[in-house]
Amino acid sequence: MSPIIKRKGERFTLPSKYLLLILTILCTGMMLITFGTDVFNRPLNTVVGYVIVPFQRGISSMGGWLSSRSEELVQIRTLLDENARLREEIAALTEENTLLQQDKYELNRMRELVALNEQYGEYDKVGARIIGRDSGNWYSSFVIDKGADDGLAVDMNVIAGGGLVGRVTSVGPNWAKVTSVISDNVNVSAMTLSTEDNLTVTGDLKLMADNCITFSQLVDSQDKVVVGDKVVTSDISDKYLPNILIGYINTINKDNNNLTKSGLVTPAVDFEHLSEVLVITDLKQTVE
Amino acid sequence: MLRKIIVTLFVLICFVLQCSVFDSLAFAGIIPNLMIILTSSFGFMRGEKEGLIIGFFCGLLSDVFFGSFLGFYALVLMYIGYLNGKFSKIFYPEDIKLPIALIITSDLSYGILCYGLMFLLRGRFQFSYYFMHVILPEAIYTIVITIFLYPVILFVNGKLEAREKRRAQKFV
Repeated sequence: MSPIIKRKGERFTLPSKYLLLILTILCTGMMLITFGTDVFNRPLNTVVGYVIVPFQRGISSMGGWLSSRSEELVQIRTLLDENARLREEIAALTEENTLLQQDKYELNRMRELVALNEQYGEYDKVGARIIGRDSGNWYSSFVIDKGADDGLAVDMNVIAGGGLVGRVTSVGPNWAKVTSVISDNVNVSAMTLSTEDNLTVTGDLKLMADNCITFSQLVDSQDKVVVGDKVVTSDISDKYLPNILIGYINTINKDNNNLTKSGLVTPAVDFEHLSEVLVITDLKQTVE
Repeated sequence: MLRKIIVTLFVLICFVLQCSVFDSLAFAGIIPNLMIILTSSFGFMRGEKEGLIIGFFCGLLSDVFFGSFLGFYALVLMYIGYLNGKFSKIFYPEDIKLPIALIITSDLSYGILCYGLMFLLRGRFQFSYYFMHVILPEAIYTIVITIFLYPVILFVNGKLEAREKRRAQKFV
């Protein structure tokens, strides 16, 4: 019987052993190919963008609504107490504010003198909502509801609440994946703001629960860097724009080699409760 | 055909739930692994072939959204589905012990594989820490979810099998 002309009821079936072998080869091939290039990414990202992302968007807006309702109920009592306390605080702050206003005029005058821009005012930003988190427990990445159609591209920096969140690592037409700086496989080239010493900030799964990240390779022979110093992205990073706040130094230890220091950084961003982020649509200029 | 549509829906719904709803239900930052529940329960209910195909697609979804390269989760889940399929001969729908044992073994081996291939190879040697803080809690949380999700899968699969049997009889 020729395999092309099939009799009714007699269907060609592939034994599962062979199917397993074929798919194993396919997976291995895909891994090897996508390790260096991103040929499959565009079509697959487009397909899942239209199949999954609408669901995720719906569910996350539903979930957001529900959790904010439940939070409202829980918080009413605490809010009443807080309100009374805050009223007192307002009185104190108004007084302080008038003093600060006077300082501000002075600051503005000084700024004009040194021609310094506002901290991130110079970059173009796009707001985006988080619609999905990493499905595993190993790394920390999330999906946002803006994609290539909104002008996003791979390697764009993502910030929230004044601090660095991560960078875009994969883009679909209507979604993008952001890998956060606390993820275990991420290194960021950074520097301390006060002394401009370079260091490397590395995410660590062990510290993710404590909302901490590690830093290493800090050369600080004069012991000028102290706990509480601001850590910002460095000028020499090829992915991250300069001077974005990463966090504050938490602990400093001297390495065994007596040359470099390492320790912990407390991120400026609360990664546990992140729902909206800003994507900076300017890319770091690289040397071609 | 109906089976394919329903299984596809199962995979999509579980994936979306896992990366949105369960994220807010996370205990100590750990979320359960619904993909393992789906892959291994279809594996031991339906056999090797269905297990490996469902595992492949579940893994591919995770790869596209969260993997740094394609094919890793697909490969791991595919083998888990295939190996679970080996147990379809001793599977009875009334028995809950075998499914629970298989799912917990699958999730533990999935966690150990992930650790070995993604963390051990990058020089993170503290296996006991990762086992106690990621792999084991994930397996336990997954089992808790299994108690609710597995009867649903079993029920839907039973309905589908009854329907297929009726249709097969019609054509005899």
